[in-house]
Amino acid sequence: MRVVLAEDLALLREGLVSLLETHGFEIADAVDNGPSLLKALVDHRPDVAVVDVRLPPSFTDEGLQAALEARRRIPGLPVLVLSQYVEQLYARELLADGTGGIGYLLKDRVFDTAQFVDAVRRVAAGGTAMDPEVISRLVASSTRDTPLSRLTPRETEVLELMAQGRSNAAIAEQLVVTERAVTKHTANIFAKLDLPVTDDTNRRVLAVLAYLNR
Amino acid sequence: MNEHAVNERPGSETPWQRWIRAPWRGLGLWLLGIPATFVGLWFITVVSLISGFVGILLFPSATMALRKQLDVYRDRIERCTGHRIERPYLPEPAPEPGLKGSVRRFVTLARDPATWRDYLWVAADPFVALFTAALPGLLILYGLWGYAVATFAGGMIGHYGGSDWYAYIHVTEGYGRDTGRVVSTAVVATLCIAAGYLLGPTMMRVYGRWGEAVLGPTEKSRLALRVRHLTETRSDAVDASAAELRRIERDLHDGAQARLVAMGMSLGAIEHLLDKDPEKARILLAQTRESSAKALHELRDLVRGIHPPVLADRGIGDAVKALALDHPLHVEVAADLPARPEPPVESAAYFAVSEILTNAAKHSGASRVWVDMRHERGMLRITVTDDGRGGASLDGGTGLRGIERRIGTFDGVLALNSPVGGPTIVTLELPCALSSPKTSPS
Repeated sequence: MRVVLAEDLALLREGLVSLLETHGFEIADAVDNGPSLLKALVDHRPDVAVVDVRLPPSFTDEGLQAALEARRRIPGLPVLVLSQYVEQLYARELLADGTGGIGYLLKDRVFDTAQFVDAVRRVAAGGTAMDPEVISRLVASSTRDTPLSRLTPRETEVLELMAQGRSNAAIAEQLVVTERAVTKHTANIFAKLDLPVTDDTNRRVLAVLAYLNR
Repeated sequence: MNEHAVNERPGSETPWQRWIRAPWRGLGLWLLGIPATFVGLWFITVVSLISGFVGILLFPSATMALRKQLDVYRDRIERCTGHRIERPYLPEPAPEPGLKGSVRRFVTLARDPATWRDYLWVAADPFVALFTAALPGLLILYGLWGYAVATFAGGMIGHYGGSDWYAYIHVTEGYGRDTGRVVSTAVVATLCIAAGYLLGPTMMRVYGRWGEAVLGPTEKSRLALRVRHLTETRSDAVDASAAELRRIERDLHDGAQARLVAMGMSLGAIEHLLDKDPEKARILLAQTRESSAKALHELRDLVRGIHPPVLADRGIGDAVKALALDHPLHVEVAADLPARPEPPVESAAYFAVSEILTNAAKHSGASRVWVDMRHERGMLRITVTDDGRGGASLDGGTGLRGIERRIGTFDGVLALNSPVGGPTIVTLELPCALSSPKTSPS
């Protein structure tokens, strides 16, 4: 699996390169600024890109802009964005085109190697990997008069995990319940949020997020 | 002075209304001279008593009475002409008890040139007003009298053997039967009325300029007032940034720094335990990693409070949109900013909006909030409207006073409109230039 990596801190960049290589990824290119990132993405068309939001030369959201631009040129190009902060605004922009293959994680999630590599694989496969903090802030800010407030605490938990891109089996394992119980919860969630039920996990997550993105 | 920033102007009336009303406004301004003259006479009397010490004691109160009287003029002239006349006075000393205090107060007031310019106004204005502001109104009244003379009053004066003049026309015995004299009276009267209405707005403008020249601040007092304003806002700014630094220091000390110390200690313990009790070391390691995650989390919150990432990346438009997404109420944001304001202004405006939104969530009972941001005529203008219960005041512990002080550093003003029952509208205006053109394509 070919990866393009963008990170301006040399130490972290090398760390990510060796981490991904030990887990069987092939590094197509590792760059340290916005313009070369866009060029690398368009030239290499990697299976997945791992991108830091803040990049030189402007040290603003250069990485995000380059990733969004690359996805405009190559629709559905899987991108996992890493950041010191998660912003709902950026999450919405990433998800706006609705084609999937989007991850948005805090940088410190890299510490948990297994989960991080899993997230990269999920994104490469066209799934989503939203940082739990994005979801919890989404849920926290929707306390009034929204369909979200109709969910039970357990359903909210399931929704959060679902939005992170977990499968029903993974959710069941995490919450220590049966998969059947999770299926029941998800059906309830979809009913309460007026969303059509489909089998595709990725679709469901996108639908949920699209709903939250209103 | 800030409360006046948003004010209705006579510009809101049609030109016709202005033409019709100007002469009568002028007369009103002239009549304002009657109470002013009384106050002025008292002031002059007090001044003449200065050599006899009584004057020194009475001087401050007389000066204050005069200032109050002339404030009426400033207000009226602004309403009539749209010319805003600022108060020209140097900082007024607080009344101090005792003889020494009175003398000091006298000296301060007597040294303020504006005090003597007030004196000039009281002495000269009745005459100036007569030939400027009041002239159109008087011409019209004279014209109306002319009609009265032409129709019946002239005949009556003649009948009872009176003798009078209307302009150049002699009104005597037989006036009523002399068609030539009657017609020319009517013509002169019509001309007077026409001239009165024609001159109205012009004379109003002239009078406004006279008011500005005498009642307004001179270049020197303008500078003095500016220095005072800058001194105040500078000390506010220094206080605010010192408090901010203390807060950051405290947060770092109690948060990230404490966690790092704890992590260092845990790591030391783990080093010891590695050989003896690997299982316990593993538990400690997990705790340490959790600690590092928490420290990062705290640092992240701290940075967000100092300078939010979206504000740095995208500017105030998107930053307020991001704020709205995290807000418990339904917040709609409209931003019409072709480019970004200067960073300090942008940051001040952002935190002001953030605080107003927090206030709205806490106190207003609103369910929806609208934020409108635009840049017009060199001003960043932000309006925050909520559909809450209203009745907010600047001093009700709502923190609005604090916001006003902080944007005061940038010569910004805050206006609050919050009738009981709502809605509440907070308007911020900050003078600023837009700098770097917007780069974000979204």
